[in-house]
Order: sequence, then C-alpha cells, then structure tokens
Amino acid sequence: MSKVLTIRDLPREERFAPGHRMCQGCGAAILMRHITKAIPKDAIIVHATGCVEVTTTLYPETSWMHPWLHIAFENAAAGASGIEAALKVLKRKGQLPAEKEIKVVAIGGDGGTFDIGIQALSGMLEREHDILYVVYDNEAYMNTGIQRSGATPQWAWTTTTPVGRVWRGEWRPKKDIIGIALAHKVPYVATVNPAYLPDLYMKINKAMSIKGPKLIHAFSPCVPGWRYEPSITITLCKLAVQTGLWVNYEIENGVLNVTTPVPKRKPVREYLKLQGRFRHLTEEEVNAIQKYVDEQVAHINKLVGKEVIGPVET
Amino acid sequence: MSSRLPSWKELPIGAVILEPGSSRRYKTPEWRTSRPVINQDKCIRCRICWSYCPEPAIIEADKPYVTSANKRYEISYLIDYDYCKGCGICAQECPVKAIEMVPEVR
Ligand SMILES: Cc1ncc(C[n+]2csc(CCOP(=O)(O)OP(=O)(O)O)c2C)c(N)n1
Ligand code: SF4
Ligand code: SF4
Ligand code: SF4
Ligand SMILES: [Mg+2]
Repeated sequence: MSKVLTIRDLPREERFAPGHRMCQGCGAAILMRHITKAIPKDAIIVHATGCVEVTTTLYPETSWMHPWLHIAFENAAAGASGIEAALKVLKRKGQLPAEKEIKVVAIGGDGGTFDIGIQALSGMLEREHDILYVVYDNEAYMNTGIQRSGATPQWAWTTTTPVGRVWRGEWRPKKDIIGIALAHKVPYVATVNPAYLPDLYMKINKAMSIKGPKLIHAFSPCVPGWRYEPSITITLCKLAVQTGLWVNYEIENGVLNVTTPVPKRKPVREYLKLQGRFRHLTEEEVNAIQKYVDEQVAHINKLVGKEVIGPVET
Repeated sequence: MSSRLPSWKELPIGAVILEPGSSRRYKTPEWRTSRPVINQDKCIRCRICWSYCPEPAIIEADKPYVTSANKRYEISYLIDYDYCKGCGICAQECPVKAIEMVPEVR
C-alpha cells in the first residue's frame, strides 16, 4: 500500500459499520474506523473481550466487515497465533495458494493486553508470529465499570482506586508495555493517536509490510471513564501530544523515530483539568505529574540524540 | 431486527454472523440531545469532521454545491441522522465553525 501522507489520502470507503453501541464520542470507535480502513480487506481480525468487542457485536448483528473472530478477555494473541499457524498449514497442504498473503491483526484493550493477556502476548512475540497486535488503551477496564488496570496512570481516579483522605486515585505508575514488547526483540513497535490519522495509517501500513510480531499502542480516550464532555475527545488527544504526556513514535529494528515532534510543550495541567478523573488533584500532585512528563521527555530526547520534544512554554 | 428470534436449529454452526456490517440495521438517532447542522456555504471541504466522526455518521458525497459567493465544490459533507449520536466532535473540530449543534426537539 502506498504511504498516506495527508488527510486527503484516507480511503473514503467505510469498513466499520455504524449502529454500534459505543458511547457518544468514544475514542476507540475512531480508532477502529481507521484501523479497518488501513488494513487489507481480507485481513483476519481477532478481538479480545472489552468495550469494543461487546458494543460492536450484539448478536445477531456486527459492525465488522472483515473476517472477525471474538475470543476471550485474555487470549487475543493466542487466538491470532493459532490462526496465523493454521494459514501456514493450509498453504503447506495446498488448500490455500502459497503466494496468497492473508494478514492477521489482533486487537485488545489495555486490560486484555497489559494485564490478563500479557502471557498470550509474550508467547506471540516470542514465537515470532507474523501478526500485528493493536492495544487500544483507555487506561482502565471500561466495559465492566472503570476498574483500574496496569495501564491506569498514576493519580487517576477509577472505581477501584477511589479518592479520599488516604487514597489519591491510582498510586502505581503506568506499566511500560512498549518496553515489555521490546524486551522480546520485536522488529516494529509504534504508538498512535486518533487525532493524528495520517501518522496512524503510515504506521499500520508499515507494520503490515514487516514480517514478524508487531505491537501498536493506541491512545484511546473514554468519555465516561475519564469523565469529560464527548465533544472534546480529539481536543484531549491533541493535548496529550502537545503536553508531551503521549509521544507519537515508532521503533523499527531498534531505531527510534518520533513522528510528531513538539517544539514547545503545553503544561500538563491543560490536559488534566478537562477530565473528572483528575479533578481531585492538588497543586503539588499536578506538579508531580509535570515532573514525571519532564523526565519522560528528557529520556526520549536523549534516546533520539536531539531535542524532538521541546520545553514547556510559559 | 426480525420480530421472532431464530431457534438454535436455524442458526449457522457456531452461531457465526454471516452479514458483514449488519449493525447498520440498528439506528441510534434517539441517542442525540443535539444535532449537528452543517452550513454548506461556510464549509471549506477540509474533511476534518468526516475523519473524526466515531460512528461514522458523516458521509462524503459526490454532490456538487455552489456557494452564495459562486464557489463550486464537487463534494458535500452530509450528516447521516440515522446514526449520528450528537457527540459534537465534528462541531468542536471544524476549523471554520461551519457546524452548529442545535438542540434536538422531539
Ligand atoms: C477471564 C475474564 N475475566 C473477566 C471478564 C470480564 N471482563 C470483560 S471485559 C473486561 C475489562 C476489559 O478491559 P479492557 O481490556 O481495558 O477493555 P475496555 O473495556 O476498557 O475497552 C472484563 C474484566 C472476562 N470477560 N473474562
Ligand atoms: S465506556 Fe469508554 S471505551 Fe467503552 S464505549 Fe464508552 S467511551 Fe468507548
Ligand atoms: S455529532 Fe458526533 S456522531 Fe454526530 S456527526 Fe458529529 S462527530 Fe459524528
Ligand atoms: S470540518 Fe467544517 S469545513 Fe471541514 S469539511 Fe467539515 S464542515 Fe466542512
Ligand atoms: Mg481499557
């Protein structure tokens, strides 16, 4: 597939049908709409249980137009591995033309990937299956009522990390899923964000062209879980990048490339103040998050070898 | 949706769904409390609202339109009110404020 460079190049044809029951303004819905446009039409999707799965497949109807397999909460990567292996066997037995390329894409939420699905994912990466795994990260178990996950950021309110005098929301930092994937020496990992669609298409196209296991980590705002007005989903997506909290990058064979440079950063407060899950934060707590972002940005700039993410504009 | 649910004997093996994109049969207009209205004269055909709609409920139509300033466009962006849930992302992101959210009165 040719490289998509601007919004004009996005395919018009929809491959994800409306009538799904995702909330008004759901970030994951925007992601699914464009992932399905970016992957080949005959790719096989294997989907873990979570918000996207339950809201798009209310029996006897489906929003999917690809061959699509629902699998349990914990085993999207295992199911995808089996399908990829089965395709090889069918080719060996002559039941599929040897030259036919059918791609396999696994999709899971953060809970289904960072937590309960981590073993299946590790196996898929270790065995070097030719699969693209996409994790849409809404930073909690949204489908079952906003319970924290290993992807919940520090200080965020969830129903299992409540806010009171003793608890100030989540107290553990977010798990580094890309670091975990890289420890398996995978050829390609990337982060994507629904506000930056040409970047998302470029990365999915690239992942499709690389043989072996690939992981794409997608930023996915959740209206009721993050407690914000549905109209600002894309505003939040942009602010996450503009504050340096979320960095759009890819790592191809160990080489890091930041795909959305940010010459001047906005204070992280701009992102936090729009979300009810951070409403309880004191001045010191906001400063602690700012410090965390500053350190992350310094680390990335050091890895790249130049300043791709600039200082906070005051 | 059919009025009678099929019995298990009538379902395909594994209860697989054989019709791609069949959720289109389920319409969601009553999810809205306000509806987006596009001012076709103001719209600069930038594609931004279309690209960010989560449903999707904005159609990119090959429908020519001539503005009051006599500018001709070959395409028009049209809201599909069968599926629009009224999230307001399109109105929020439109760079020329060509989309207005109007309270839904039923
Ligand atoms: C083994 C197992 N435990 C628990 C559940 C219930 N369950 C379904 S979805 C879900 C949470 C999904 O969270 P995540 O993967 O982050 O996806 P999200 O709903 O946030 O999109 C849970 C706990 C289940 N289906 N299977
Ligand atoms: S709960 Fe959150 S992730 Fe789930 S459908 Fe609603 S907005 Fe999307
Ligand atoms: S209000 Fe939301 S659902 Fe309706 S057309 Fe705009 S972006 Fe789509
Ligand atoms: S975002 Fe505004 S200007 Fe752009 S296509 Fe939509 S209505 Fe037209
Ligand atoms: Mg989640």
